[in-house]
Amino acid sequence: MRQDDLYINKIDWISISIYAVLVIIGWINIYAAVYDDQSIKSIFDFSINSGKQLVWIGTAILLITVIMVADYRLFENLALPLYIIFLVFLLITPFFGKEINGQRAWFEIGSFRLQPAEFAKFATALALAKYMERSTFDLGQFKYQLQALAIIALPVAFIMLQPDTGTAMVYSAFFVMLYREGMPQGYYIFGLSFVAITLLSLGLENNIYLAIGVGVIILIIILLGKKKIGRIVSLLGIWILIVGYSYSIDYVVSKLPEHQQNRIMVLFNPNIDPLGVGWNVTQSKIAIGSGGFFGKGYLEGTQTKFDFVPEQHTDFIFCTLGEEFGWAGSLVVILLFCALLLRLVMLAERQKNRFSRIYGYCVISILLFHFMINIAMTIGLFPVVGIPLPFFSYGGSSLWSFTILLFIFIKLDSHRIQLLSRIG
Amino acid sequence: MNEQRPITIIIVIIIIGAVLLTKLFLIQVMDDSFLKKAESNAIQRVVDHPYRGLVYDRTGKILVYNYPIFDLMVIPREFQVGDTTRFCEIFKISKEYLVETYTAARKYSSVKPSPLIKQISTTDFARIQDFLIDYPGLFVMTRSVRSYPQASAANALGYIGEISSNQLERDSSKYYKQGDYVGLSGVEGYYENELRGVKGVKYKLVNVRGVDKGSFKDGSFDTASVAGKNLISTIDLELQEYGEKLMVGKRGSVVAIEPKTGEILAMISAPTYDPNVLTGALFGKNYMVLNRDETKPLFNRPIMAMYPPGSIFKIVQSLVGLQTGVLTPNTTYACNRSLVACHNHPSPSNLFGAIRNSCNPYYHQAYRAMINREVSTSTFKDTEIGLNVWREAVIKFGLGSPLGIDLKNEKGGSIPSSKLYDRIYGEGRWKYSTIYSLSIGQGEMLVTPLQMANLAAIFANKGYYYPPHMIKAIDGDATKIPEEFRTKREVGVDAHHFDLIQDAMAQAIYGTAARAVIKDIEIAGKTGTAQNPQGEDHSVFIAFAPKDNPQIAIAVYVENAGWGGRAAASTASLMIEKYIRREVTRLDLEEYVIIGKFM
Repeated sequence: MRQDDLYINKIDWISISIYAVLVIIGWINIYAAVYDDQSIKSIFDFSINSGKQLVWIGTAILLITVIMVADYRLFENLALPLYIIFLVFLLITPFFGKEINGQRAWFEIGSFRLQPAEFAKFATALALAKYMERSTFDLGQFKYQLQALAIIALPVAFIMLQPDTGTAMVYSAFFVMLYREGMPQGYYIFGLSFVAITLLSLGLENNIYLAIGVGVIILIIILLGKKKIGRIVSLLGIWILIVGYSYSIDYVVSKLPEHQQNRIMVLFNPNIDPLGVGWNVTQSKIAIGSGGFFGKGYLEGTQTKFDFVPEQHTDFIFCTLGEEFGWAGSLVVILLFCALLLRLVMLAERQKNRFSRIYGYCVISILLFHFMINIAMTIGLFPVVGIPLPFFSYGGSSLWSFTILLFIFIKLDSHRIQLLSRIG
Repeated sequence: MNEQRPITIIIVIIIIGAVLLTKLFLIQVMDDSFLKKAESNAIQRVVDHPYRGLVYDRTGKILVYNYPIFDLMVIPREFQVGDTTRFCEIFKISKEYLVETYTAARKYSSVKPSPLIKQISTTDFARIQDFLIDYPGLFVMTRSVRSYPQASAANALGYIGEISSNQLERDSSKYYKQGDYVGLSGVEGYYENELRGVKGVKYKLVNVRGVDKGSFKDGSFDTASVAGKNLISTIDLELQEYGEKLMVGKRGSVVAIEPKTGEILAMISAPTYDPNVLTGALFGKNYMVLNRDETKPLFNRPIMAMYPPGSIFKIVQSLVGLQTGVLTPNTTYACNRSLVACHNHPSPSNLFGAIRNSCNPYYHQAYRAMINREVSTSTFKDTEIGLNVWREAVIKFGLGSPLGIDLKNEKGGSIPSSKLYDRIYGEGRWKYSTIYSLSIGQGEMLVTPLQMANLAAIFANKGYYYPPHMIKAIDGDATKIPEEFRTKREVGVDAHHFDLIQDAMAQAIYGTAARAVIKDIEIAGKTGTAQNPQGEDHSVFIAFAPKDNPQIAIAVYVENAGWGGRAAASTASLMIEKYIRREVTRLDLEEYVIIGKFM
């Protein structure tokens, strides 16, 4: 048997290595986040989160083993059943889940808590891949666009019942995959302008600047293009629409539940409530910002202690890294994430069947979104939404779900030749 | 067209990474305002150490309280010393000390505070306070240490000290942290849980100089410390101090108990020490000195020293004999000095005479009658059965095991059982002639001074006692003291048997301890001499008074002072007078005891 024929050599060890390094760095940082020099405990102590994370890591390895030895066809066959099962779970979570921080997002089994919304991600990814696999499925057609969006929208709607806005937002990441699969570009231009206008109207003290700015751009377009009445009218209509939208968004925000409203407003001005909602962002920025180039040294951080911020070791784990390892540490982690994502793009592109490629892009979409939003929020580039940093944040549900998500793809990739011959 | 899209996605990923890294570079490397904010805005968790409970004597005088001391803390990264010589002058430390401590602190952490000078007194603190502003990186932490205004009852009160790593490991409640102080002996040790209170935590926003920037989130995370509970001791401070005065220069113990309650009025261990030396900065050094002292001032003699009870034990023998019916008031034995030595007194005597004259041969014969009851045809077996029955009766007098006083490290003494002799001589190879020394309180028998005082209380109470204890109320509530101290224990001897005993003890004073006689206070007492193979015998005396309404029961041991009638009886008599009359009129006797030339 030639070396190349060994199954083990078909597995993409590059992405697995990056995964392992990220998990280990995360674990080390979780210890730093809960480390208390008044009561020093071992990193392995199960009474603290670093010890518990070790359990999650151990079980994640178990999950990996199961995925890697399972039949590769299983995931395709299970795609739709899993999707339905998790939809049911999501539907009943608001009724049977445990209420934490005003959300019913958790299932409690003994002392374990699981968050179905985390696992619904890979189920949705599988379902999308399965559904869009057909060669007749063309995202250029409105019918198919609607179908794809429906698969995504269903779990989002159920998650909003909990309500868990952060996790629901993650599903918008699938637009990256849809883009690769041929969703018309116009949607993205429209969508990004929409987001830009939204952020600007929220961020600016007075929307009049936005109105003037957009007005000037429209004016230039009018002056440069053909001066037809119809065109001018429709461009002016767009301007009115934008201005109207920018004013109405302020109004809508003022009607949102206060904690969401604060989370949005604090992005633009953390000083609104520096000890309240702004606390997370200000402290997080201070922690990261005070890290300097090389950081304060492991366990020497002064800002990210005492567990005041409930998400210190989960959603805000990046602060600890930034403070104790400085920009150099941030650089390493961000490069690792980018390397993983780029590697996954490579893997996705080398798939010979659509199912694997679509699933691969789903994985890329979700990881990219989490990576971008999580770090962006810790440095004040994005409002605080409670989503974890993949492989890094403390917590069983998130580590497990990202592990499953990633390793199903690695599994599929390792069988890309068989998948080709079967479909071929 | 779709073939271009993966490249777009790759570019997007790279742009996102670049944007994040740029922003991070801006806030981490280019902008040092965050570093400044971090330094002026660190959260410090300050453990709010509760005040340890106070201890009062039974009359409300304070025995133990706390006073503040100050630790000068240093944050190495911020510390700028400038002129070292001047610094050392101001803070009264040597250059070597400064370098050594600072290096150690720096090694521990450059950003976290470490103590530079520990336990600065209030006066020193007032002096250095104004200089602190000149030295960044220094701040002061306040703590409190124990103080004993009367410098009395050192061994009974005990001391506190830094928790050992062993204790820390055994602390399953995880209450203690490295560097915490815990009660290590005496009342401080026994009532640690009551005295320590509950630690609080305060989260403060501070800058690196430790300057308080207010509490974090208006103190909503803070927990207040709860001061320890105050204890009211059973000790009568005046009596305690008087006893200590009498025992100066001697070795021994005085234990005085209020018979009706088991409350310890005074517990003197001589030689003693000033409890204030075991507080504050010099604890370690002073402890070493005391520990090496060959007079063993840290050895709490009343509860830890063990001696054979000697003649005093004859009273117990009499009571056991009466209760079992072996003896009656009229039982007569001749003073047959061929059995054991005795001294000149009328012979033969009845029980009363035997107690009064402390007749050794009487008890030799009476004890044989108690032990050899002829329940077995084998002398050996008969002795074994007799000894064990007898032992059961004797240990009810609170002998042979610790009484359970609320002090740490109480010893129990020993009352031998057949097992002990089996071990020494072999089973079935010992009989009455082997163990007869027990009859007069010698041989394989040990008691503590506390047990002896408790015996006096039993005689005073005619057959019961409350376990002796040092604390009568916790936070003013007498029902909070441990249940066992409020539980009466019967010794299993009928009260009427004690009448004869009390009369004999009252009479005996005039014969064996004439010095102990106090006008108008009838004392019932018994002298004893604890044999000491190493040197002069120990002088022992137990008593209670007044005989008809006992208010105090006392045991006195003076080591190497010979016969009980002199040193011990005189001391006991003075203590009784002091307690009952609140003043001592027999100044010549007082002087005799203080000078201490008893031999």
